Amino acid sequence: MITLTINGESKQLDVTEDTPLLWALRDVLGMTGTKFGCGIAQCGACTVQVDGQAVRSCMLPVGAIGEGSKITTIEGIGATDAGARIQKAWLDLEVVQCGYCQSGQIMSASALLAATPQPDDKDIDAAMAGNICRCGTYVRIREAIKKAAGVA
Amino acid sequence: MNAAFSRRTLLKAGAAGTLLLGFHLPMARAAIGTFEPNAFIRIAGDGTVTLVMPQVEMGQGTYTSISQILAEELDADWSLVTVAHAPPSDKLYGNPFFGIQVTGNSNSIRAFWDPLRKAGATARALLVQAAAQQWKVDAASCRAAKGEVFHDASGRKLGYGALAAAAGTQTPPENPPLKAVKDFTLVGQPLKRLDTAGKVNGTVKYGIDALPPGVKFASVTLSPVQGGKVVKVDDSKAKAMPGVRQVVVLDDVVAVVGDHTWVAKQGLAALEIEWDDGPNAKISSADVWNDLRAASQNKGAVAKEEGDADKALGDGERLDAAYEMPFLAHATMEPMNCVVHVTADGCEVWIGTQVMSRVQAEVAKALNLPAEKVIVHQHLLGGGFGRRLEPDMAVISARIAQQVATPLKVTWSREEDIRHDVYRPVYRDVISASLKDGKINGWTYRVTGSAVLARWFPPAYQKDIDIDGVDSAADIPYGIPNLRVEFVRKEPGVVTTGFWRGVGPNNNVFAIESFIDELAHKAGKDPVDFRVAHLDKTPRLKAAVQLAAQKSGWGEKLPARTARGISAQVAFGSFISTVVEAEVDSSGEVQLRRIVSAVDTGIPVNPDTIIAQLQGGLIFGLTAALFGEITIKNGRVEQSNFHDYRMLRINEVPPIEVHLIPSEEHPGGTGETGATAGPPALGNALYAATGIRLRRLPIDRDILAGKKPA
Amino acid sequence: MKRALGIAIAIVIVVVLGALGWFVVLAPGPLDFAGGQTVPLAEYKEANPTGVPGALANAGLIERGEYLAQAGDCAACHTVKGGKPFAGGFAFKLPFGTLYSSNITPDKETGIGAWSDADFLKAVHQGVAPDGTRLYPAFPYAAYTLMTDEDVLAIKAYLFSLPPVRAATPPNTLSFPFNQRWLMAFWSAFFNPNERYRPNTAQSAEWNRGAYIAEAMGHCGDCHTPRNPMQAMDHRRKFMGAVAAGWKAYNLTPDKETGVGAWSDETLAKFISTGHVEGYGTASGPMGEAIDNSLRHLKPEDIKALVVYLRTVPPISDPALPAPRTALASASPKDGTAEADARGAELFAGACVSCHGWTGKSPVLAIATFTGARAVNDPSARNVAQAIVWGVTRETPSGPAVMPAFGHAYSNTEIAAIANYVTKRFGAVPSAITADQVAELRGQASQ
Repeated sequence: MITLTINGESKQLDVTEDTPLLWALRDVLGMTGTKFGCGIAQCGACTVQVDGQAVRSCMLPVGAIGEGSKITTIEGIGATDAGARIQKAWLDLEVVQCGYCQSGQIMSASALLAATPQPDDKDIDAAMAGNICRCGTYVRIREAIKKAAGVA
Repeated sequence: MNAAFSRRTLLKAGAAGTLLLGFHLPMARAAIGTFEPNAFIRIAGDGTVTLVMPQVEMGQGTYTSISQILAEELDADWSLVTVAHAPPSDKLYGNPFFGIQVTGNSNSIRAFWDPLRKAGATARALLVQAAAQQWKVDAASCRAAKGEVFHDASGRKLGYGALAAAAGTQTPPENPPLKAVKDFTLVGQPLKRLDTAGKVNGTVKYGIDALPPGVKFASVTLSPVQGGKVVKVDDSKAKAMPGVRQVVVLDDVVAVVGDHTWVAKQGLAALEIEWDDGPNAKISSADVWNDLRAASQNKGAVAKEEGDADKALGDGERLDAAYEMPFLAHATMEPMNCVVHVTADGCEVWIGTQVMSRVQAEVAKALNLPAEKVIVHQHLLGGGFGRRLEPDMAVISARIAQQVATPLKVTWSREEDIRHDVYRPVYRDVISASLKDGKINGWTYRVTGSAVLARWFPPAYQKDIDIDGVDSAADIPYGIPNLRVEFVRKEPGVVTTGFWRGVGPNNNVFAIESFIDELAHKAGKDPVDFRVAHLDKTPRLKAAVQLAAQKSGWGEKLPARTARGISAQVAFGSFISTVVEAEVDSSGEVQLRRIVSAVDTGIPVNPDTIIAQLQGGLIFGLTAALFGEITIKNGRVEQSNFHDYRMLRINEVPPIEVHLIPSEEHPGGTGETGATAGPPALGNALYAATGIRLRRLPIDRDILAGKKPA
Repeated sequence: MKRALGIAIAIVIVVVLGALGWFVVLAPGPLDFAGGQTVPLAEYKEANPTGVPGALANAGLIERGEYLAQAGDCAACHTVKGGKPFAGGFAFKLPFGTLYSSNITPDKETGIGAWSDADFLKAVHQGVAPDGTRLYPAFPYAAYTLMTDEDVLAIKAYLFSLPPVRAATPPNTLSFPFNQRWLMAFWSAFFNPNERYRPNTAQSAEWNRGAYIAEAMGHCGDCHTPRNPMQAMDHRRKFMGAVAAGWKAYNLTPDKETGVGAWSDETLAKFISTGHVEGYGTASGPMGEAIDNSLRHLKPEDIKALVVYLRTVPPISDPALPAPRTALASASPKDGTAEADARGAELFAGACVSCHGWTGKSPVLAIATFTGARAVNDPSARNVAQAIVWGVTRETPSGPAVMPAFGHAYSNTEIAAIANYVTKRFGAVPSAITADQVAELRGQASQ
C-alpha cells in the first residue's frame, strides 16, 4: 500500500512503487482530470504539482513521492490562490479549445504564478514550453497568464 | 465559389445515395411538460433550454456557435441554455452536406445555418402561438424575447417554461419568419463558450475519461506493418505479472488487459510477439514517392476546364513547377481510445467521435449485432482534426472487448497513435502557367494523390474526381482566362490516408499560393499587387489581401534574412489572406516573428471563436510546415512520439493578429482555414528572405542553409 | 639528388622502425603496470581468479557460461537493439567502412552451430575463424585471449544452449586495404600475445580476480584506453579515456580530477553495477549498455574485485576534462543564461526540462539527474550531443528507462545549441560544439 496526499486528502493505493502517478490517479483513484498525452514527459498533459512544483505525472513513480509530499491535481488547483486566478483568466480570455491539454497547462501556469507572481515573457516561455497544445492556444495562454498576474 | 461547388456536388451525390436530411420537424411528442419541437430543442417546464448538438465539440467552439444560432431564432434566454450531445442518428442529426452524422470539412455552421435558424424560428413560433392561444389574441400581436412571449398591448408575458406543454400541441408553421441580420442579438456576439468551464477544473469527460463500473484497462499493439498478421505470441511473462488479467490475441492486434493501464502496458511490453509483416513489409517512403511521381506524369480526370490552357501555355512566358506534400499524422492530444462493454445481447460504447452513427454501425458490424443494440455514449473530443472521422479505434476496441467479460477501456499509447494513424496523403501538384503582359494567361494544374472521399464517402467520388482533392484548385479565385485542373488518383497502399485539418485545400492552397508567388516574382511584380491584379472576380478575397497587407506593414523594411510572405485563399466558404513574417539564419533555422490574417467569413456567428480558430489553425498548419513528416521504412512508420514528430511550442510561436472583415454574407467555415493559410505564406516569406524556393514540405533547413540544392 | 633520396629513405626507415619499436617491441602489455612476478595459473597458490565467483561454484556448465558471457559482454556487439539475442548484425561504423558482428547462435549455417570446441577456442583466443579467415580486432580477442579454455568453453556451452537463429551476417563494406583480412595476421602477431591469464603473485587474489574480469572478460580497455596508430591499445595511457563508437569513454584511472580517484569505493561499485549514482550522473551510450548487458549481472564480490583492481592503475590526467561540477544549477530558468544561449534554453525548456529539471536534479526519475555527470562536465559535449541524438535506454528494476532520441526531428544546429546550453548550465566548463561536429558525431556512432 502506498499512501499519498492528494488535494489535501490522504489516499491509499494498492499499486507497485514503479506505477506512474498518472495511472494511479486516472485508473485507480478515478481522478481523470489529469490527462495522458505522451507517456514520455514531452507534452505536459499529465502535469500535476508536487509541493508546488509542476511535475509530469506520467513519469513520476508513486514510490518516488515522499509520504510528506503534497500532490495537487487539476481537481484541486482551484483551491489555491494562483490556481483560481489562472482558471478565471483562462475563462475570461477563452483560452480553451478542445481542452484536453488544459489541465496540464493550468497546472504549469499556476505553479509559475505561485513562484513568480509577476512573470515576464521569458518566465512564461520557460514554464510553459513543456506543455504542447495541438489546438494552438498558446497566444491566449500567454495573455491569460499575464492577466492572472495583473501584468497585462 | 468553392463552398458552393463542394456543397452542390455533395448534395447531388448524397441525393443519389443516402440523403437526406437530418433536419425535420416531427410533431412535438415530448415527455410531459417538456417541449420538443424538433431534434435540437428541449424546453423544460422550468424554462431551461437544452439544445441537442448535431455536431460534435472538439475545440472548435461549435456547441456555442450552434447554440447561438438556435437561441437567436428561438429568442431563448442565453443564461438558461445548456447543451447536450446528440445520440447517434443520421436521420435526426445528419449533416446536410453529407446526409450522415459527421462533423468535419469546417461546415458545421455553413451546413446547419439555415436548418438551425428554421428550427429555432419554428419553436419560437409555436411558443408564440401557444401564448396567443392562451391569451386569446392574434399571434401576430405577440413577440418573443429572452425566453418570454410578450403581448405588449395588454402588458402580459409568459415564460417559455410555462408555455412548454401548450407549445407542444401547436401545429408548426411551414415557413416561420427568420430574423434580419440587423436584429441579431446573440449571433455576432463574442459570447462565452458553453463547453469550457469544466475544462479548466478537470470535471468534463472526454472519451478517455469514461469509467463505467467494473471497467478494466487494456494496452494494445497493432501490426507494425499495415496488413500484417500475428504469427504467435508468447505471453508467459506477461501473464505472470500481478495485475495482468488477460491477453487477447486477434488477427492483427494484441492486447493486454489489466487492473490499470500501466500494468497493461507493462504486460504488453513483456509479450514476445512474432508478426508476419505481409505484403507491405518492404515498402519505404522512397517507393511511395517514386510511385506518386510516376503517376503524376499521367493525364488526370479533368475537374475544370476553361478556355484553351494548352495553347495559352505557349503564349507568353512559361513557368513550370511541382510541389510535394508529405504524409502527416493528426496527433490529437487525446490519444485514440474507446471503452466498450459487450454483453450477452448488445454493446455499449463510450467514445468521443466525429462520426457517431458510423461508430455505431461499424461496431455493430464487427460484433454482428443490429445497430440498435449498440449504444454509443458521445463525449467531448480531445482534438479531432479529422482523425476521429474514422471508427477504427472503436472497432478495434469492440473486437478486443468481445473477448473480455467486463467493460474494457482500450487506450493507445502515443506510439501506437502516431504509427497507426490514418494519414494526410502525400500529394504531388504539377503546375504550369504562362505570363502575358504581366498577367496569367494559361494555367494547368494536376493534383496526384489519394482520393480520400472515394474510401470515406464513395457516393461523392464521381468521374474519377475527388472533389476534396481539387478543392480550392478547381475553383481558383484568380481570374485566369485559360485553365485546366486535373486529378490523378494514386493510393499509397502502405498506409491508409484520410482527412487532416485543412483537407484538400491544405495541399492546393500551398501549391497554388507558392506558385502565384513564383509567377509574381517572374513577372517582376510585388506579390500583393500581383494577387490584387488577378482578383477582380473575387472581391472579398481582394479586400482580405489588401487588409492583410496593410495590417502587416507590407513593404516596410525588415532586417536581413527576414521577410514577409503572403497567401490568399478561398476555402470552406471563407476568404482569408495571411502574412507571415519569418527570419532565416545562416544555418537554415527559421524563426516565426509575426502573423497577420485578414478574414472574411461572412456573418461571424461568434467572432471570438473565429479568431481563436484562426490563431490555432495557423499554429497547426505552421507546425506541419516546419516539422511535419511521417516516413515509412520497411512498411513501418518511423515516427513515434513528440520527440520525433515535433510540435511547435509556446516559445516558438509569434504574436498572431486576426482581423475580421464585417460581412452579412452566409457564414463560412473557419475550423480548418488557419491550417491552410500558414504554410504558403511561410514558404513565400522564406523565399523573400533567402531567394530559395521550397517546393516541398516540411521545410528543409539544409536547403535554406545552401547545403543542399532546392 | 640520389643522395637526398637516400637520406629520405633512411629517415623513413628510422621513423618506421622507431614507431614499430615504440608501438610493438617496447609497448607494455595491459597488466605490465602492476609489476611483480606472474606465474602460470596452474602454479598460482591463492584463490583461482578465473571462472565464476563462489556463489556460482556449484552451478552447471551452462549457468556458468551465461555468467561468463555476461561478464565478457558478448551481447553488446552480437545483439542488435530489438533483435534476437546473439544473432549478430550489429554495425560498427568505422571511418573506412562498416563492419558487422557475426551470428553466434548455434544455427548451423548462419551461426556457429557447426563449430567444434577447438574452432571456438581458436576464434576467441586468436581471432581466426574455422575456415582460416582472420577476424577484425573489433572482436576483442586480444583481451579474450587471456580467458582460460575452461571459461571459453563454458561460454560456448551457454551459447549452444540457446535457440538457433537463422540470420546471415550482412557483408562488411570496408574499403581497401582494410578489406584485406589476411593483414590481420600481422596485427595479431604484433598485438595479440595469444597467452592465458597469468596471476600476479605480488598482488592479492582479489586484485587478480579484478584483473581477470577487467582484462580477460570485460575488456574495459577496448573503450577506455586510447589506441595507437595501429589501432591497438596504448597501455602507456591505460584507462585514461578515449573515444569509442562515437562516445567518450571517460577516465577510469584513479586521477582525482578527471578520473575516479575522488570516488569512494562504494560509489564506484554502485556506479559500475547500476550505472547511476546521485551526484555522479548516469552511464549512457555504450557504457550504459555495458552496465545493462554485463556489469549489473556481476556478483558483488566481482564488482568489489574490479574496484580493487581499478584502484591500482596508474593515475593519468585527461587534459580534455575539468574537475566536475557537483553543485546543483539554479532553480531559476533565467539564471546564467546569456542571449547567445537563447535558442538552447528555449529548446531545453520545451523538450528537456520536464525530465532533467532546471537544477539538473530530475523531478521525476533519479536516473535522469545529471548533476555531477562526466558528460555534462565534458567541454567537448560529445556524449551530451550523442545522448540527444540517439537517446538513452537503460534497464532498471522496473523496466527500461528511456530518454527518447531527438536526432530525428531536431537539427544539428538545434542539438548543438542544446548541448552547449546543458554543459554551460550544469557543467564546470561550457562547450562550443558546432552543428558540423554534431553531424560528424551522428556518423560515428555504432547503431
